Amino acid sequence: MGIVHKVIVSLLLAACGSSAAIAAPAADDEEAARAGRWKELQHAIFADRVIHDGTGSIVIDAPQRALDAALVPVSLTLKGDKPIKGLYLIIDNNPGPLAGHFIFGPLADPHSLKLRVRVNAYTYIHAVLETADDQLYSVARFVKAAGGCSAPAGGDDERALQDIGHIKLRLPESVVMGKPLQVQLMIRHPNFNGMQMNQVTRLYTPAMFIRSIDVSFDGTPVIHLDSDISLSSDPVISFGFIPPHKGKLKVLVRDTKDSTFGQSFDVPALAG
Amino acid sequence: MSTKYSRCAASATSSDATRRRLLAGGIGLLGAPLIAAAAFGNKELVTFEVAPGIHVRRGVDEQASAVNDNAIANSAFIVGRDSVAVIDPGGCLDDGRRLRQRIRALTSLPIRYVVMSHVHPDHIFGAGAFAADKPEFIGHARLPQALAQRGDYYRATLEKILGTGRSGPVIVPTRLVASEETVDLGDRALVLHAHGVAHSDCDLSVWDSTSGTLLLGDLLFVHRVPSLDGSIKGWQKELRLLKGIAAKLAVPGHGPVGVSWPSAAHDLERYLDVVLRETRAAVKRGVDISEAVATVGKSERGKWTLFVDYHGHNVTQAFKEVEWE
Repeated sequence: MGIVHKVIVSLLLAACGSSAAIAAPAADDEEAARAGRWKELQHAIFADRVIHDGTGSIVIDAPQRALDAALVPVSLTLKGDKPIKGLYLIIDNNPGPLAGHFIFGPLADPHSLKLRVRVNAYTYIHAVLETADDQLYSVARFVKAAGGCSAPAGGDDERALQDIGHIKLRLPESVVMGKPLQVQLMIRHPNFNGMQMNQVTRLYTPAMFIRSIDVSFDGTPVIHLDSDISLSSDPVISFGFIPPHKGKLKVLVRDTKDSTFGQSFDVPALAG
Repeated sequence: MSTKYSRCAASATSSDATRRRLLAGGIGLLGAPLIAAAAFGNKELVTFEVAPGIHVRRGVDEQASAVNDNAIANSAFIVGRDSVAVIDPGGCLDDGRRLRQRIRALTSLPIRYVVMSHVHPDHIFGAGAFAADKPEFIGHARLPQALAQRGDYYRATLEKILGTGRSGPVIVPTRLVASEETVDLGDRALVLHAHGVAHSDCDLSVWDSTSGTLLLGDLLFVHRVPSLDGSIKGWQKELRLLKGIAAKLAVPGHGPVGVSWPSAAHDLERYLDVVLRETRAAVKRGVDISEAVATVGKSERGKWTLFVDYHGHNVTQAFKEVEWE
């Protein structure tokens, strides 16, 4: 959590400044500016740690040109022999570039992750994988999308707040103990990022977004996510999970207002 | 709604009040000089008189470009005995100026009303061309909020496409419609109806009972693929209500300048039905949003122009709406 916050504070102004200053430079200049941006980010998030080329270990799947900048589906496939500790997702040109930091627990299957993000400007998306032996590997993908961060949460604020905290979990129909399965977690939350304006008050709707999500199974961690303003409203996240036996998956969501929303789900799901 | 439309359409304004308004606001404007065509290009704007006093400019079925000046949506104006109402003032400042010039070629009556059918830039960025007329800029009660959220972004995007200084300003409505209101052009009442969330969250339609014409903005697409930026279920609902209106003619936001009503809504309804049904099925199967985008609504491809430009976005919107059902 600490690092996410620090990065936002140090980069918020930089992001706003640089995007305003872009006056259609030549393609080479743009590419150089993007490389420079990533260097800055790399330093801010990982300090002097070496980041290896992750080609072959990570695949980012995202639309080249986003259909909806406020809801860009990103799918991450992680391979390789080394045990995986976590994953950072960085949207270089977003006001809060570090979109999320996933930490995999003992019951996670860390090979597939899906989430939906907001994209504010044409940008590289970087995925940085951290292995259990503290090595970092990264890959990047360019996404053409713009305006996603200030897009309204969906009509008016009141409506967006109606069902806040409602959580749904989708499991495959057949669950085999000990075998990895894909879990889809859906959370009703407007994830106001502070960039949407309320016309009545002429003020920006104060930021109120999901800070962290914890999923555990009978007390053992499955996945932990430190998230930020780049997560889409009503976030949907898919992750791999290996159920050791029948039990309860518990979801705990905390937002920036320190509101917590939690729910438990039976695994396998009870019929009816 | 159809009953409300006909009831309000019957209301009349006394001729005294009309005369007072003319004296107060109209005289000075009659003498306003025409802006030279050279100042904003020589492209002549063509309109068709689809019903007596209703003139419509056909938007081209293209994406916005520097060549088409974002004149991609239909624009209309209605001439009454005393004044003129513009319905969707065009896609950029020059487009609006050309529309105004076209109006001035046909009538010198004051332009009292500029109706903005919803927030999308191809419909409203020409509004600035009418600022000197000091009309009432009329929009849905939710339009100001939508403009506040997106206006600057739309403007910046349009400037990138058209060139700096060419988009036109963001004009905020001076009169809001929360449910239904009537404006009178002199023996010609227009009923403005604020719709529930449908194509967008701020759709406003116009009913001219004098000619029996329904100007629907983007609540109606014909030939050009619809774009969904509100609620697919809401849109279906509004269409069902609108179909109850016995209009002789409808003017779509995109497509031919005049179509028969309600038969012209059939393709749109089918499209929305297919997208909703197949998106629901995809959600039920547990496929994720990107797979749904690739599979839903394939049977509609080939039935619409600009299909690839908007369809995927529509499925994304529909998916977001139905996954919580």
